[in-house]
Amino acid sequence: MRVIDYAVKIRVKPDNSGVVTDGVKHSMNPFCEIAVEEAVKLKEKKLVKEVVAVSCGPQQSQETIRTALAMGADRGIHVEVSGKDYESLGPLQVSKIMAALAKKEEAQLIILGKQAIDDDCNQTGQMTAALLDWPQGTFASEVSLDGDNVKVVREIDGGLETIRINTPAVLTADLRLNTPRYATLPNIMKAKKKKIANVKPADLGVDLTSRLEVLRVDEPPQRLAGMKVETVEDLVAKLKDAGRV
Amino acid sequence: MCVFVQKAAVDRVLSAFRSICGEDCVSLGEAVREQHGKDESVHKCRPPDVVVFPRCVEEVSSLAKVCHDHNLPIIPFGTGTGLEGGVGAVKGGVCFSLRNMEQILDLHQEDFDVTVEPGVTRKTLNAYLRDTGLWFPVDPGADASLCGMAATSASGTNAVRYGTMRENVMNLEVVLSNGTVIHTAGKGRRPRKTSAGYNLTNLFVGSEGTLGIITKTTLRLYGIPESMVSAVCSFPSVQAAVDSTVQILQAGVPVARIEFLDDVMIDACNKFSSLSYPVTPTLFLEFHGSERSLEEQVATAEEITQSNEGSDFQWAQDAETRNRLWKARHDAWYAAQALRPGCKAYSTDVCVPLSRLPQIIVETKKDLLESRLTGPIAGHVGDGNFHCLMVVDPNDPDELHRVHLFTERLAR
Repeated sequence: MRVIDYAVKIRVKPDNSGVVTDGVKHSMNPFCEIAVEEAVKLKEKKLVKEVVAVSCGPQQSQETIRTALAMGADRGIHVEVSGKDYESLGPLQVSKIMAALAKKEEAQLIILGKQAIDDDCNQTGQMTAALLDWPQGTFASEVSLDGDNVKVVREIDGGLETIRINTPAVLTADLRLNTPRYATLPNIMKAKKKKIANVKPADLGVDLTSRLEVLRVDEPPQRLAGMKVETVEDLVAKLKDAGRV
Repeated sequence: MCVFVQKAAVDRVLSAFRSICGEDCVSLGEAVREQHGKDESVHKCRPPDVVVFPRCVEEVSSLAKVCHDHNLPIIPFGTGTGLEGGVGAVKGGVCFSLRNMEQILDLHQEDFDVTVEPGVTRKTLNAYLRDTGLWFPVDPGADASLCGMAATSASGTNAVRYGTMRENVMNLEVVLSNGTVIHTAGKGRRPRKTSAGYNLTNLFVGSEGTLGIITKTTLRLYGIPESMVSAVCSFPSVQAAVDSTVQILQAGVPVARIEFLDDVMIDACNKFSSLSYPVTPTLFLEFHGSERSLEEQVATAEEITQSNEGSDFQWAQDAETRNRLWKARHDAWYAAQALRPGCKAYSTDVCVPLSRLPQIIVETKKDLLESRLTGPIAGHVGDGNFHCLMVVDPNDPDELHRVHLFTERLAR
């Protein structure tokens, strides 16, 4: 999916309704890049037949799909969502769209990034699996497809967990799954000729109404200047003054 | 006497500085000045009297005018990743830290050029360009400021195929010592070649910050290669390694990187990066191109190295293995220092015609042994360029003296 590029310094809009997106560089969500790379790798190993790249958003989402095509995806689907609908688009709506598309396209595997770097929700993969009643392998750092099941090594707090799930399944990509390839010029040219189908959420029978309302967006509080102290006694006294001790 | 006069001058200008770029962008703090008085080299820290952080070329120009009127030395500062002590304020003065000017401007994909400000580093630029299929290949190891690379005419491992900064800077916006802003190839111009006028651009490239402050540089970009293959090969002697290099170049193989490491360097790298390369003169090579052309390039190179008694020709195509191979070479600076903990490294940079390289390296190694110095050698043999990284104990004056004499002999 298309998000503000990870290297950009984010600024909050003066009216605190959101962040500034006009004129700001956007790119593919880094975890989605990893997901696309994994899908392309599976195709190169001849374990899957076709890779379809999907993105939900305004016209500009097509650029993101083209990048996926340049990385090796075979065709794209652009689910057009713009204006107010796009501002309130969240994991619930996207997962409904993904579920509908998966059924329509008879997909065997859905690979998503574990979370988007703009909202950090980490919900779309899980919700999609629930809507489809498919097994899920989230936070994947290693994926091995073997006939009708998938072995997934997951990154968890305590270390690594290995599970085996049947296909069709939903996987979400974590940072260490792979290193995405750069799109090279010849591949970018080839990608221009690949097809991107245009679909509306209504065509899939999906209702985009959001149950969430953003009240306000604020920057993190400014860091105050520090103070230097000469002795430990000074330090303790100042900490007591500040009510920290 | 001179320093006292200068201190007074600095005090007078502080309010002028503050009114130009704001309170927050003028620093007298000791830690800040020290940070801006040294780079990654062994040279002592020479802090400036004050550090300013201009946010745009107009501020740079106004600040420079003030310095000019009060006869204050100006030291431009990019990322401080240099290895030659270029940012030391040897006569005090005002350090212009340019890190707040960090925009990437005017990318022209079809024309393969982009303009950047001094706060932009080469890795930042390449990350920005990753969707476009383009990249900027000059890589001096460190993640340096691109304008800083222009000022020092940086080279690096890719120079044998893609050239150095001299060949890849198309235009510069420079603020001169009196505040005048010039564009070395004309404002907004980015011709791929020109025969018109004096080559001012290349006068400033490599001027080490002595002629002006570079505030914008227009760079030549290249297409990201379809595929890359890296290879490592060991040789029984320096001569064999260099002969292979010469023959690979003569065979017309468009090798992208061809790096030489001597046995001492390989040993250091093995220890530092937990590798196990054979401890003998070694070549690291990299080839860029389409799948088919790579097969040809690698086959030709392998044949040549084998005919020169090269052994263990290992090669890798996937990104992770290739990065590991090259990290070992890029970490040479730190690996060399790790050979003798507590010591610092003093870099030398020598360039000779290829045909003289084996003899020079052999003589250098003999000199090192005789002078009881530790000096692993790594180099861009494709250009006849090598670095002898002198590892010295900064507290041993006798060793420092020996290093000094050695480098003088080396330069001759």
